[in-house]
Amino acid sequence: MSTDTALAKRSHEENWLPILELATQEVFEIMLGCQVKPAAESEPKPNPEFTAMVGLAGALCGVVTVCCDAKTARQIAQFMLAEAADSEEQVGDALGEICNMVAGNFKNKLAGTDERCLLSVPTVISGGEYRFHSLADGDSLETVVLLEAAPVAVRLQLKR
Amino acid sequence: MDKIRALIVDDSSVMRKIVERSLRQAGIDLDKVVEAANGAEALVALQNNAVDLILCDINMPVMDGLEFVRQVATVESAKGVPIVMITTEGSESHVVQALSAGARGYIRKPFTPDQVKEHILPLVGKKP
Repeated sequence: MSTDTALAKRSHEENWLPILELATQEVFEIMLGCQVKPAAESEPKPNPEFTAMVGLAGALCGVVTVCCDAKTARQIAQFMLAEAADSEEQVGDALGEICNMVAGNFKNKLAGTDERCLLSVPTVISGGEYRFHSLADGDSLETVVLLEAAPVAVRLQLKR
Repeated sequence: MDKIRALIVDDSSVMRKIVERSLRQAGIDLDKVVEAANGAEALVALQNNAVDLILCDINMPVMDGLEFVRQVATVESAKGVPIVMITTEGSESHVVQALSAGARGYIRKPFTPDQVKEHILPLVGKKP
């Protein structure tokens, strides 16, 4: 499945940030029971101790990441499970599913995209000592939402 | 159908717990829950466990959910068992593929308790 150039061009012409924000808010509200809102630009970015990634291939080619500190990742897992996570693996699993649902919800909201775009299974990195080099180097959208005052960054990087 | 034996197939253990909790919250009396992390594990689980309901993700490693649904048709003991897909894949083509392969329901993640009731209760003989 090749990248759809017309669709890639749309990412330049259309403002997809509100769609990414809405997709993120819906996932947090439905799966965690938490209302989150975009943080002000003056808010600090999260300390990236947990990063979940889901790849997009086909009409949209790129990667969606969800990143937050360890305490917030544990809290996300606790909200999802309705009890404390019993391991770091379970915390990563929870964040990976959030990333998966945000990516899926985002592409399902883009008219004409969901039929021709595939998602990878999630990958989760724990620990902040890494650098992220996406081969999908091109347009980038980011929303930072506050989960009980803790920042969670959701980023979409698209290949040109 | 009183007590239900369910097979939940998802590569996320957290999501398997959420699906189980959602079934209970929908009023389904679960007798037994069997879990599998992909389609291949689920086929083995079906050989060893009789179930009344299967909930299955699509995007999974080893064997995805669509292939699993196709393979279930070859498992004698699982014939007629309703399968509901629960997945982030929301495209019409995925829905058509899943239903054509034998799935009886399709729920997109993120899902609400009402969606679980609407899509699953009728399959286990309960009113939504």
